[in-house]
Amino acid sequence: MTTSRRDLLKFGAFGGAAFFAGLPATTVSAQGSELTIAYNVNLPSWDPTVGPSAVNPTIQAIYQSVFDMYIAQNPDLSFAPGLVTKWGWNDDKTQIMMEVRDGVTWHDGSPFTADDVAWSLERAGKPETGNPIQFVWSKIGNFKVDGNKITADVKEFEPVLFKWMSFLTGYVLPKAYYEKVGAEGFEKAPIGTGPYMMEKFERNAFVRLKANPNYWGGKPKFDTVIIKFVPDASSRVAEIESGSSQVTLEIPYDEFDRLKAKDGLAGITTPISDIGMIFLNDVDVMLDKNVRLAAHHAIDKKLIIDRLLNGYGIPIDTLETPQYAAYDASIKVGFDPEKAKQLLAASGFSPDKPVKFKIQTTKGFKPKDYEMIQAIVGMWRKVGIEAEIEIYEIAKHYELRAADTLAPAAFYNWGNAIGDPTTSTGFAMFGPSPHSVWDSKDLIDKIIPLWGEKDETKRIEGWKAVDKYIAEEGYVIPLLQYVQPIVHVKTVKVTPHVSGALLPALMSPA
Amino acid sequence: MGRNLLIRLGSTVVTLFGVALIVFILVRVVPGNPIAMMLPPGASDADIALLTAHYGLDKPIMTQFWIWLGRALQGDFGTSISLRQDVMGLIFGRLPATLELATLALVIAVALGGSLAVIAARYRGTAAETGIDLFNGASLAMPDFLWGLTLILLLGVAFPVFAISGRVSPTLDLNFVSGFYLIESILRLRFDIFLDLMRHMLMPALALALPLAAVIAQLLKTSLKEAMQQDYVMLARTKGFSETRVLLSEALRNAVIPTLTLAGVQFTFLIGGTVIVERLFSYEGLGNMAIDAVINRDLPLIQGIVLVFAALFVIINLLVDLSYALLNPRLRHG
Repeated sequence: MTTSRRDLLKFGAFGGAAFFAGLPATTVSAQGSELTIAYNVNLPSWDPTVGPSAVNPTIQAIYQSVFDMYIAQNPDLSFAPGLVTKWGWNDDKTQIMMEVRDGVTWHDGSPFTADDVAWSLERAGKPETGNPIQFVWSKIGNFKVDGNKITADVKEFEPVLFKWMSFLTGYVLPKAYYEKVGAEGFEKAPIGTGPYMMEKFERNAFVRLKANPNYWGGKPKFDTVIIKFVPDASSRVAEIESGSSQVTLEIPYDEFDRLKAKDGLAGITTPISDIGMIFLNDVDVMLDKNVRLAAHHAIDKKLIIDRLLNGYGIPIDTLETPQYAAYDASIKVGFDPEKAKQLLAASGFSPDKPVKFKIQTTKGFKPKDYEMIQAIVGMWRKVGIEAEIEIYEIAKHYELRAADTLAPAAFYNWGNAIGDPTTSTGFAMFGPSPHSVWDSKDLIDKIIPLWGEKDETKRIEGWKAVDKYIAEEGYVIPLLQYVQPIVHVKTVKVTPHVSGALLPALMSPA
Repeated sequence: MGRNLLIRLGSTVVTLFGVALIVFILVRVVPGNPIAMMLPPGASDADIALLTAHYGLDKPIMTQFWIWLGRALQGDFGTSISLRQDVMGLIFGRLPATLELATLALVIAVALGGSLAVIAARYRGTAAETGIDLFNGASLAMPDFLWGLTLILLLGVAFPVFAISGRVSPTLDLNFVSGFYLIESILRLRFDIFLDLMRHMLMPALALALPLAAVIAQLLKTSLKEAMQQDYVMLARTKGFSETRVLLSEALRNAVIPTLTLAGVQFTFLIGGTVIVERLFSYEGLGNMAIDAVINRDLPLIQGIVLVFAALFVIINLLVDLSYALLNPRLRHG
């Protein structure tokens, strides 16, 4: 019997169809044991205390799944006992005291002790370690361990020291294990005391986490969590819509509204500790207070949020959001285009004779960043401000900001997961800081005493006064507090965190 | 031929040196300072200076280049600023994934383009040829990333047949020794893994392959049509061979040579095209890593990746030239 070419082609077509039909379905089901999250960024490095990754707010959720912070933070940003259960200063604030939790083990089964905490803090304070927040950790030293108690001397008073223990690089690492395997070994096989253990990691692809059955906070609800790194927003939408993932975040608000209305899916939004703002640089026309205040009064923030962000956002008039310690609801810079015109007129400007300057912005770095600036420029034009938009990459923004050569106005966001005014108003508006571009002496003089203020009430009131002064002088234009969109399947319950961290340990089967 | 080969190898070295120099200078003059991106909030001028010196960025650019070149010639391409690991280790850890994806795309492109060309040539002047021309036009008009998005929508969401992201299911533990998962899965007879890999790789490979398939189809079709007018083809017809046999046995053999060389050259563009496609499909290849390196201004990693891409392009072009001489006897003594 001979086989004809036609028969071969038919067989090949049938075989091909059978091949594809036999491919397993893509749906991964979270049936109480496994959860898949489509995450928006890649994880570059596993050491949460050194290098650029350590100060990247967007990957802290992954770190917090594997490692514990010294002091824990609740979803509403309040602080809670973590690995350190008690903490405080002595009366004259020359020493700190900490008590560490009993009965905690590292992922390899070895016991967690106070020595780990002391070692982690000491290591963080050494310049050669490469901890980006070394300037905070180095303010304490001479650690003494006695059982589960630690004392240390205060070299320089830092009022937010304990808050930093819930913030960037505030993680406890295993002393014995790290010294045994070294930095490279730790990178390949990191261990912590966190709710999940790192089981498998493929760079730029995924991390597979396994529940820590001995976690001091209780075993997490999902046995396995797969965090897929899907930087492209369209792909994240496809992941959740196809059922390949059960949770995702940071998708366009239009897609969020569409997806949450679909069968089987739900959406939650949370105002987070991240704000959008326009930096003002004390150069050229921005030296004119009337111009600065006019620029602020001319912006209808609510309209921008409603039209461009589908209503997802909260207008703010200072760099503090309602969840922050120094938030003062009485500080208002309202939308008042008539007042803006009057201010400009006082300086000789009008819609027919506008003041001109450049505004820089990213495009696509934050939701509708460029579109917001376009809208603002349109609002400005109506009152007598002619702004030229320059688009740049975020990398250039950092470079220009560090060199204090930003344009008179520049859009940026500012995250502040501990909600303390030093880490928002302080770093953003203190002239000598590489992150600030406003350098006027009056503001520097007002801020300097607050860095080392030992009276907490006085310190917070001091920052509120600084924020009020900044608003009155128009030194910055806060725009909005961002709202984080999270889409998830209805079979998974998600508890959002105001810091913006999407934590698997806060998820459970619905 | 040996002399020509030596000359080509010499020019390869010069080319790579030029690429290294240009990239080295370019990444340092374009906006975006990696030091500025990693500055802690309380950094003083002294801290900035220390960090700049730590990464060797305080020296003049040419001094930095000679230091880098000296180390590179000893196999040390530096440490990634963002990933804190050896650059070459990172690159060669990811390169097999990209090579497999590009190779799969090439195979699909050649198979699909070749098939379409043969059908169009066989049924020239009919609706089949018109349909194929339309398909080729559409494929050429759409860039690969747009094909990627379309495929995700169709075969990832609407009819979820394939996986949208990644190279392999996160639930599988491979324990493979090489990074060439496709090849190793076949060699180890792990067809479950092979199928899983294909389920992840087919969409990105198709996205890369479709535009190239159109190019191959057009070129081969034209070559076939020309070949079909040759005397030896007429002779074959007079001998009573069927039109299909004449096409496949006589015309294709000669018509395919320029197409194969084109495919070889286009392979380099396929590798370049993996950058966007890998990002779209979150495929853990070199292209995806390159995008992160650029975003983070990770200078050592950017340099390493570009140099490896350049080396690949040069080597592939050299192999294509050599294979052309092998395929076409008339060129062997040229």
